[in-house]
Amino acid sequence: MSAMQKQMQKEMPKQSPKEVINIQGLHKTYVLDGVQVHALRGIDLTLHQGEYLAIMGPSGSGKSTLMNIIGCLDVPDQGSYWLNGQDVTKMHSDALAQVRNRELGFVFQNFNLLARTSAVENVETPLIYAGVAKAERRRRAIDMLQRLGLAERLYHLPNQLSGGQQQRVAIARALVTRPSLLLADEPTGNMDSATSAELLTLLAKLNLEDGLTIALITHEADVAAKAQRKVTLIDGQLEHN
Amino acid sequence: MNWAAALQLALKALWRNKTRAMLTALGVIIGVASVIAMVAIGSGAQQRIAEQLASMGTNTLVIRPGSVTRGGVRTGAGTTTSLTRADAEAIRDIPGVIAIAPTVRTGVQLRYRGTNWGTAIEGVTPDYISVKSWPLAEGEFFTEQHVISAAHVCVLGQTVARELFGLSNPIGETVVMKGMACQVLGVLSEKGATAWGSDQDDSVFAPLTTVQRKIMGVTHIDRVEVQTAGREATYQVMKDVTQLLRYRHRIQEEQADDFRIYNRAELAKTSEESAAVFTWLLGSIASVSLLVGGIGIMNIMLVSVTERTREIGIRMALGARRRDILWQFLLEAMLLSVAGGIIGIFLGLGGALGLAQFSNFPVSITPWSIILAFSFAGLVGVFFGMHPARKASRLQPIEALRYE
Repeated sequence: MSAMQKQMQKEMPKQSPKEVINIQGLHKTYVLDGVQVHALRGIDLTLHQGEYLAIMGPSGSGKSTLMNIIGCLDVPDQGSYWLNGQDVTKMHSDALAQVRNRELGFVFQNFNLLARTSAVENVETPLIYAGVAKAERRRRAIDMLQRLGLAERLYHLPNQLSGGQQQRVAIARALVTRPSLLLADEPTGNMDSATSAELLTLLAKLNLEDGLTIALITHEADVAAKAQRKVTLIDGQLEHN
Repeated sequence: MNWAAALQLALKALWRNKTRAMLTALGVIIGVASVIAMVAIGSGAQQRIAEQLASMGTNTLVIRPGSVTRGGVRTGAGTTTSLTRADAEAIRDIPGVIAIAPTVRTGVQLRYRGTNWGTAIEGVTPDYISVKSWPLAEGEFFTEQHVISAAHVCVLGQTVARELFGLSNPIGETVVMKGMACQVLGVLSEKGATAWGSDQDDSVFAPLTTVQRKIMGVTHIDRVEVQTAGREATYQVMKDVTQLLRYRHRIQEEQADDFRIYNRAELAKTSEESAAVFTWLLGSIASVSLLVGGIGIMNIMLVSVTERTREIGIRMALGARRRDILWQFLLEAMLLSVAGGIIGIFLGLGGALGLAQFSNFPVSITPWSIILAFSFAGLVGVFFGMHPARKASRLQPIEALRYE
């Protein structure tokens, strides 16, 4: 049993798997170049602790919009979204920032590492906003990078790292706050197939061994195939497979 | 986010763009340095003027007899003989008067051995040198006793001493004026010319009574110099002197004064005020450059916010609150202006002291100009940093993340 799993068990009393995400009747419309786009048309989705969910869909299906709402970066027009038992649609920007900081970890297609900032400082960044003291921040960041096999790359800048290494730094940054949900938005989109396979193995391992809850967005069927559960988003509506 | 972490973030961000940060701070550096240097020059000039005024004896009133009208003919100022030593003694008792110096003056030919020199002789009292702030160079001044006994003693001005004695010591020697032998008691220090160009050192001084009785054969005096307690007291003293002299001279209600009062404090006040205006003028011109420095900070911070839009988006995704972003950018602006302020203080002090060293121009460094320039620089940072920082903190996370 890994350290992270122990930590999670300490925080959460044992019971039937907890609901991490509970979404009911979600709608989102936005205006793009003067045209109204009804991106989400009534989404119902639940995700339990320890699950690995892939959300598939062609481009323009509304999956990025759904990801942004799940990630508390955007708010729905209609419907409810409960994250770990909290109604996040009622929250203000400071509270949402705190939710993003404590409950969520993001992995983006283009990595979104802070430029000209070392790997370890990138990983420390969310801990700064969590108010963790300096020495503790550094210790936890180094620890997390070591676990992801980047012990030799702690002080490298993003542009000195390969795509796969950059994405592992991004995963370390997402996990260093011990979030209850990892959100991955096309994480293998900018990688060759070998690196991509390596990364997917890592995600599967984190899910299996550490019980990490993962929601992954992709348009590639073989990437989605690694997940436990798959849903497909077509024209703003979900099809459960 | 705690302060130490926020400060560290801001410092790192500035360090990443060292050249840009330095150039931005340069605006503030020049602004603060010029405020400090300009104010130092201005107050240096102010101080020099004050010193010069003090050496002129600024807290003094001069009372001279006025004109009188006899049978329709008006005589000039100073031509009547209405002012007496008794008037001067009465003025001494007015509150606010520190000392008085009644004088008479006439021309005289001085002889010493083979040489002679035409000069002015002034009959004065021992208080004269303190009222005029005119110390002795050597020897001593005559005393009240000499005045009472109308003693044959005198004190020479520098010019007279030089003309009659050359390099030899005049003290204890005897000079002859109007057939009267006078013993030289002392020599006054060099006073220089008056503002209107007459040589003050070309005079010889003897007891008032000696000059009145033995040289001129008169009882009146030419003028009274009145030293007052301070510039403020001068105006009240002027009123009281007017009242007193009108009473003593039995001047009727409808008649004009038969004396005139000249107020040197007025002159001093005007010069000092114009020097202060000069300082403020220099300071405000310099402040404009500080303002320009502030606009430079705002300009660079706005560019920086645009450049770092994606960074702001990433930070927001990782849990930065709006106020964390606000503080990050505000702190950067404040660090630039405060660092610029500190460097500017040293540069301004160095510049002012250098100027004093090499050009002999008086400078005076005032603590308030340093405090003012520094706090103004800090305010400039907050004021001009606020707009870019607010702009950064109001970005929408998804839009900031999508920014290319």
